[in-house]
Amino acid sequence: MILTSRSAANNTNFNCEFAITAKKLCRNFGQLAAISELDLTVEKQTIYGFLGPNGSGKTTAIRLLTGLLKPSRGQVNVLGCHLPQEADKLRLQIGYMTQKFSLYDDLTVKENLQFISKIYGLTANEQKSRLSELLSIHQLTQQSQQLAGSMSGGQKQRLALAAAVMHKPKLLFLDEPTSAVDPQNRREFWEQLFDLCDQGTTILVSTHYMDEAERCHKLAILENGIKRADDSPQALMNNVAAQVVEVAANDLRYIKDKLTALPQVISAAQLGTHLRVLVKNAEADPVALLQQQSCIKITDKLAIVRPSLEDVFVSCTGQAVAR
Amino acid sequence: MKTSLMRIQAIITKELLQLSRDRMTFAMVIMIPLVQLLLFAFAINTNVRNIPVGLVDHSQTSLSRVLQQTVSATGIITFAHNYHSVKAAQKAIASNEVRAVLIIPKDVSQRLVRHPSVGFGLPPSSKQETSRPIAQWLVDGSDTVIAGSIKSLRNMPLVELLDKPANRHTPTFEVTLLYNPEQRSVVNIVPGLVAVILTMTMIMFTSAAIVREQERGNMEMLITTPLAPIELMIGKIFPYIFIGALQVSIILGLGYWLFNVPFNGGLSQLAIATLLFICASLVLGLVISTIAKNQLQSMQMTIFILLPSILLSGFMFPYEGMPLPAQYIAEALPATHFIRLIRGVVLRDVDVIEMNFDMLWLIGFTCAGLLIAALRFKKTLD
Repeated sequence: MILTSRSAANNTNFNCEFAITAKKLCRNFGQLAAISELDLTVEKQTIYGFLGPNGSGKTTAIRLLTGLLKPSRGQVNVLGCHLPQEADKLRLQIGYMTQKFSLYDDLTVKENLQFISKIYGLTANEQKSRLSELLSIHQLTQQSQQLAGSMSGGQKQRLALAAAVMHKPKLLFLDEPTSAVDPQNRREFWEQLFDLCDQGTTILVSTHYMDEAERCHKLAILENGIKRADDSPQALMNNVAAQVVEVAANDLRYIKDKLTALPQVISAAQLGTHLRVLVKNAEADPVALLQQQSCIKITDKLAIVRPSLEDVFVSCTGQAVAR
Repeated sequence: MKTSLMRIQAIITKELLQLSRDRMTFAMVIMIPLVQLLLFAFAINTNVRNIPVGLVDHSQTSLSRVLQQTVSATGIITFAHNYHSVKAAQKAIASNEVRAVLIIPKDVSQRLVRHPSVGFGLPPSSKQETSRPIAQWLVDGSDTVIAGSIKSLRNMPLVELLDKPANRHTPTFEVTLLYNPEQRSVVNIVPGLVAVILTMTMIMFTSAAIVREQERGNMEMLITTPLAPIELMIGKIFPYIFIGALQVSIILGLGYWLFNVPFNGGLSQLAIATLLFICASLVLGLVISTIAKNQLQSMQMTIFILLPSILLSGFMFPYEGMPLPAQYIAEALPATHFIRLIRGVVLRDVDVIEMNFDMLWLIGFTCAGLLIAALRFKKTLD
């Protein structure tokens, strides 16, 4: 696995080191700027995440990077191909798993995979071995004769991944791959991704789940088409621009309303019996600040805690997101 | 090239699999030509029989009754009602009780004996007295076919009426009817029906082809693959060529066995003409499919093409009878050219080569359409 620190030393030779480089990438839909001034570097053999709420431009960014959309401005280089001119050349080297299941519901698992294998020009022998290999890796051997439309969300998603990696792409795009999948399946799915990554595939995944984002090697937080932050999840959490105070009290809903009105407080969110309050870094002693408030009783417990990725997200975007 | 063929084959296999799972569509492939052939071949008849008409008999003589029976014996009309006055008869026409009324005047016998067709000597035609018709038809002229049928009674011979040979006169022209001497409508309709049914099913199949992939979200996957637009287009139309061939066999086979439609041309000639038309229709459907945003729109556009293909192509009405602008529109429709070809091949045993304008036109249409569809189909989401 390549560590993030290595990128700085080698960034002159980006075509070899980076799977994706984008400079000042913009895309407008009429008046709306779906992506603006996006700078991006994705190292090879890493899992890179796009974290953002719905409508933040994750899908548009992925479509721009796969050559499905033409950028309004800016430069994109993916696996050494300049987009949009060399989009056709790029297609053989990338795999793309769409947000919505896009294989054929009225074909069986096997027929779907056979179709994809022929589209990518696998020979008859390659087809046979690759198909049985993929079916066993993605635990679909038993379902191979089942119609894709009749399968569960988790099975569909495994089939979609199997189809996307049919031709062993160097770069894999996954657009919210686990939005229709239970936690157990999601866990197994990520194991597959790390296996693929280990075998040399670069993976770009978009998500709105914090736990999923935390698994990425590197993460970009998107909001309204603008990249707000960009680093490894650990570094993001260490360098968060806010301090987190956990308040344990009785009347949390009332306290929350009072505290969010303070200018120093970025946001407050209830987590069961606690209130997680994000206070701006400029405040030297956030606990003292909160204790001065009339709504906080002396008996209430206040403590500074480690920021989570959600805190990072909220401080970056100023918007709460459902966990 | 090899991978390109493989991709086309992948699309064909996929289309066939999807079609085989779609029982309803599969059934319609057989049922549409079968039912429509039986329906139209029996139903459409341009030789109108048994038009309900009324009678106003002012003379009330045995002669008027014989006249009535003679007219009735032609089979073109049946007397449905008697009316006392012309006024009542006109009302009956207005209310669609009868389509026409025969008015027999009081002096019908005088008129008859002086009538030239009866043949008492030469008709002194300048005299108004002698050149008066025997009786009068009031016809609802709004339907030209009905009006035409009754007009054909104008010069009917009245031999039986007087038990005397008619005043035969030599016709100006001798007319010999080739290919369909019995004048059966079905001979003209069955080959034309091939064009109409193929226009309907072929355009419908492919007009939904691309749109359906878009609606179901498969297109987003397809455009990220190395599949080229032209490969997708060819793969999409190929399976339907066989379906079209199957439908043509059903129509012409049944036409031959059930309706005695003669089959004069060679099978290879028929195959060439049909293949050209199937390809042209499928490609037209593809072009529609790249324009339409959803399946409803594609269906509307199919109907938009289908109606003129039925009405202007020469299937229902002769091409020659249409005004020039309508003829230009008809020329643009593949069905017009195919109807000429198939009637030529099936009924008149012409080689397709001899009708090379229509043939070349269909080839040109197919190539141009395929190109337009492939160019219109973008591999981006812009």
